[in-house]
Amino acid sequence: MLATASTVDALTFAIAAAVILAGAIGVVVARNPVHCALSLVMTLFGVAVLFVEQQANFLAAVQVIVYAGAIVVLFLFVIMFLGVDTRERVEEEPLRGQRPLAVGLMVLGLAGLLLMGFGAHWSVGARSVAGPARGQSGGDVAALGRSVFTTYLFAFEITSALLVIAVVGAVVLARRPGGALAPETDPEAEPTDAQPDAYSPADDAEAEEVAP
Amino acid sequence: MSLSGAWYLGLAAVVFSIGALGLLVRRNVLIMFMCVELMLNAANLTFVTFSRMLNDVGGQALVFFTLVVAAAEVVVGLGIVVALFRRRRTSAADDFHIMRG
Repeated sequence: MLATASTVDALTFAIAAAVILAGAIGVVVARNPVHCALSLVMTLFGVAVLFVEQQANFLAAVQVIVYAGAIVVLFLFVIMFLGVDTRERVEEEPLRGQRPLAVGLMVLGLAGLLLMGFGAHWSVGARSVAGPARGQSGGDVAALGRSVFTTYLFAFEITSALLVIAVVGAVVLARRPGGALAPETDPEAEPTDAQPDAYSPADDAEAEEVAP
Repeated sequence: MSLSGAWYLGLAAVVFSIGALGLLVRRNVLIMFMCVELMLNAANLTFVTFSRMLNDVGGQALVFFTLVVAAAEVVVGLGIVVALFRRRRTSAADDFHIMRG
């Protein structure tokens, strides 16, 4: 297969893979949480490029809009809200030997995954009921829309319920106990009875991010 | 015709492993969340790759639902982080030990 692939495809994959890996390593090793979030954006864009490369154009657009446009902005919003100078104490280890063990587990798991990916023919099995991805009129957008609104209609409706529940949960969690004008609660104090009409600006921001 | 799907699957495996390693190694709750996003993206890339290899749009539909669930998960998770920060003044996972046995 590699011999028949055009040079452009191989080059696109190589560049996108380099971007994805650099971003992923940046998320793990960067000390500053803002740098982590920006590395995450890099990875998400690289994955979007690979989606386009595999004829999943609609998912690439959604990836950029929802992930890079909403989720990472929400991450940055919370990082700024909590303060960027909250460095983590990397030198102390509450669980001795946990980090070497984690690296060993990662190497072991990666070896297993790569063995499965390269050593076995995994693209076998029965067809799903969703229909082919290519060859339909209207391209991948029409094919995806047709399957989402017919085969997976029930899951799609459940998805809307999930989003509503997430909005309500975010508002309840981010609400400040005691109303908007109350002072910050003492860290050790018990939560007081929350007023049902309590309002804080963070609620709106949390609720809007889920909208796309 | 694009590259063989094995390349994409291998890349997704590497990204997933890096995300899992970060989840185990990092202490900041926000960065642990970002590592979860890395793992979700690796799984999405695997779904799209299999969708192309099998010429089956079911994989792409699953990625669509994964995106929605990831968005909901991040919103609720970050709400929990903000609520915890209000009470404990920290975002380090080691400091949330009030429920230890």
